[in-house]
Amino acid sequence: MTNSNVVLHVADVHKRFGGLHALADIDLQVEEGQTHAIIGPNGAGKSTLLNVIIGKLAPTSGAVVFDGTVLTGKKPYQINQLGIARVFQTPEIFADLSVLQNVMIPALAKRDGAFKLNMLRTLESETEIRAEAEHMLEDVGMISRREMAAGSLSRGDKRRMELAMCLIQRPRLLLLDEPTAGMSRHDTNTTIELLKKIKSRGMTKVIIEHDMHVVFSLADKISVLAQGRIIADGTPDQVRGNPKVQEAYLGGAH
Amino acid sequence: MLTMPRNDLLLFLGFAIAVLTMPIWMAPFGAAYPDLLQRFMIYGLFALGFNILFGLTGYLSFGHAAFFGVGSYAAVWSMKLLTIDALPAMIFALIISGIFALAIGYVSLRRSGIYFSILTLAFAQMSYNLAYSVLTPITNGETGLQLNINDPRYLDRMFSAATPSVPSPTMLGLPLTGFTGFYFCAGFLIIAFFIAQRITGSPFGMMLKGIKSNQTRMNYTGFNTRPYTLAAFVISGMYAGLAGSLLAITDPLAGAERMQWTASGEVVLMTILGGAGTLVGPVIGAWLIKYFENIFSAINENMLARFWDFLPDGLDHAAVVVSAKFVGEGWFLTLGLVFVLIVVFLPGGIMEGVRRIASWIDRNRKSTPKSASPKTQPAE
Ligand SMILES: Nc1ncnc2c1ncn2[C@@H]1O[C@H](COP(=O)(O)OP(=O)(O)OP(=O)(O)O)[C@@H](O)[C@H]1O
Ligand SMILES: [Mg+2]
Repeated sequence: MTNSNVVLHVADVHKRFGGLHALADIDLQVEEGQTHAIIGPNGAGKSTLLNVIIGKLAPTSGAVVFDGTVLTGKKPYQINQLGIARVFQTPEIFADLSVLQNVMIPALAKRDGAFKLNMLRTLESETEIRAEAEHMLEDVGMISRREMAAGSLSRGDKRRMELAMCLIQRPRLLLLDEPTAGMSRHDTNTTIELLKKIKSRGMTKVIIEHDMHVVFSLADKISVLAQGRIIADGTPDQVRGNPKVQEAYLGGAH
Repeated sequence: MLTMPRNDLLLFLGFAIAVLTMPIWMAPFGAAYPDLLQRFMIYGLFALGFNILFGLTGYLSFGHAAFFGVGSYAAVWSMKLLTIDALPAMIFALIISGIFALAIGYVSLRRSGIYFSILTLAFAQMSYNLAYSVLTPITNGETGLQLNINDPRYLDRMFSAATPSVPSPTMLGLPLTGFTGFYFCAGFLIIAFFIAQRITGSPFGMMLKGIKSNQTRMNYTGFNTRPYTLAAFVISGMYAGLAGSLLAITDPLAGAERMQWTASGEVVLMTILGGAGTLVGPVIGAWLIKYFENIFSAINENMLARFWDFLPDGLDHAAVVVSAKFVGEGWFLTLGLVFVLIVVFLPGGIMEGVRRIASWIDRNRKSTPKSASPKTQPAE
C-alpha cells in the first residue's frame, strides 16, 4: 500500500481526550508535491490531526512517518528541523517583535539549526538573512509593514506574516490551518495565488480550510473528517459528489 | 566595535561618559563619594546582568543573589589563598558563579513561569542556609569571610615576604581604595554594558526576545529553546558573580546575607523600576534604589522631629511616629510602596516614562510645523 511518492504517512492514529475520541483510526497518505486538503465541520478533529503531526500532541496510538522518519516521540523543534512548518489556526507570532524580525527568526533557524550561540555578530551584519526576509515580505505583499510591531497587525496580516515565516524556511511539508480565515476576499485571492506559486516549486502542503472556493482552487486530494473519522477521500470531483460528505456538512451545520 | 550600528555606538559612548563623570554630576546630590559610587557600579552591573535573563527571555529568577554571594566568597578565597590582586579574584569568581549558575539553571529551567521563579528562590534559600550551617568552614558563617594576616596567599609569597598587616586588594600593585576603586568598578561596568549591548543586538539576543514573546512559536520554528535560556541564565549568573566579586574587592568581607531572598528581590525591583528589557533602565533602577537607600536608611527620629517641628504639638509627634516607619530600618517599606506605584502606573518602569515624555514632546513639536506647512508649500 505504501507508495514511494508518499512523504507523509499518518498510520492508524487514534487520539483520545478523556472520553472524547477526537481522532479515530486516521490513515492518511500525502504524496510529494501535492496539496492535500482536509475539510470537515467544526470540532471534527482537523487541528488535532495537525497537532499530532507536528508533535504538539502525542497520539494515543498509531504513528506518523515523514519521509521514512518516525515523527512520533520527537520534539516539535526536531520535527521542524526535518522540514515541516505550520501556520496555526490562531496565529502564533512574535507579537512584541517587528514584522521583519518575525521573518528573520525562522530564516536563522533554517541556517543555524536548533541551537547556535551566535553572539558575536549583530543583526545588522546578517545582511543575507535580512535580504531574504525582505524578499519574502515582498512576496506576501507586506514589505511596507516591515518595521511595525507584529502584534499591531490586522488578523489577516498576522496570517500572511505567519505564512511568510513558514515559507522562508522552504519546508518540504507545509501545514496550513485555515490560512485565509479573517482575510478579505482580495487578500484571500492573493494568498491562493501565492500558494499556487509555491506549489509549482514542488512544496507539499496539507491545508485545512472552510472556504470551499479556496479548497477547490488548490487541492489535488481532499479528505473529509467528521467526528474524528475520515468519512471520504479522493479527488475534488469525487468528494464533491459524495452523498456522505453532504450529509456530514448538513449534520455539522445544525 | 566598528560594525556597531550608529545608535548603539552613541548609546554606548553616552553611557560610558555618564558613568565616568559621575563623581562630578553626582556632587550636587551629595553622592559623589567613592564608597557609594562603587555600590552604584556594582549593583548596576548586577541589574544589567539580571536583565539579560529577565529582560530578554522573560524568565524571572528570584534567586540571583546566590550567584552574587558565591562571587563574593570566591573572590575572598582567591585573595586569601592565591594573591591579593583583584584580577585573579574576579576570574575565579566568574568561573565559580558560572558553574553554580549552570547547575541551578539546568534544573530550574525545566519549568517556566511561576514554577521557575520558585525553583530559583528555593535554590537561593538553600545556598543561604548552607552558608550558615554545613558550609561554615568555607563561608565562616555569621562572622563572614574576611582577609586575615595569616592567610597563605601562595602566589604573593612566591614573589615577596609576608606583609606585617592585612593587605588591601590591589590591581597590578595599584591599591583599589578611594576613587581608584570607583574607576576600577566603573571600567568593568562599562565593559559589561558593552557586552550586554552586543548580546542584545546579536542574533542570539533576538532568539532570547523570541522566547520571551512566544516560546511555542520558537519551538515550532525549529529552535531548541532550552540551551538558549540556559546560556542566558549562566551569563546573567556570571554578571552577578562578577558584581559580587567587585563588592568583595572594594570591601573584603563576604557574608551570607548577600544571598538572602531580600537581596534577590532587590535586583528584581531595580530591573523593573528602571525598565526590564531596556539596556540602561536596570542600571538606572539600581542607582536610584542605592541612592535612596543611602538617604532613607540614614534618617533617624531626631532628624524627623526637626523636620516636622513646624506642626502643632501632638500632631508633630504623630507625624514623627508615622514617618519613622518609612526610614531607617523601614526603608524597605518605602521601597515597596514606590514599587507598587511604578508597577501600577508605569509598568515599563522609568524608561517607559522617558519614552512617553519623549513622544509627547515629539508630538507637540510635530504639530507646530504641520499647521504652518500649508503656507510654505505651494498648492497642489
Ligand atoms: N487539548 C485538548 N484537550 C481536550 N480536548 C481537545 C483538545 N484539543 C481539541 N480538543 C477537542 O477535540 C475535538 C476536535 O478539536 P479540533 O480543534 O481538532 O477541531 P477542528 O476540526 O479543528 O475544528 P475547527 O473547525 O473548529 O477548528 C473538539 O471537540 C475539541 O474540543
Ligand atoms: Mg481547528
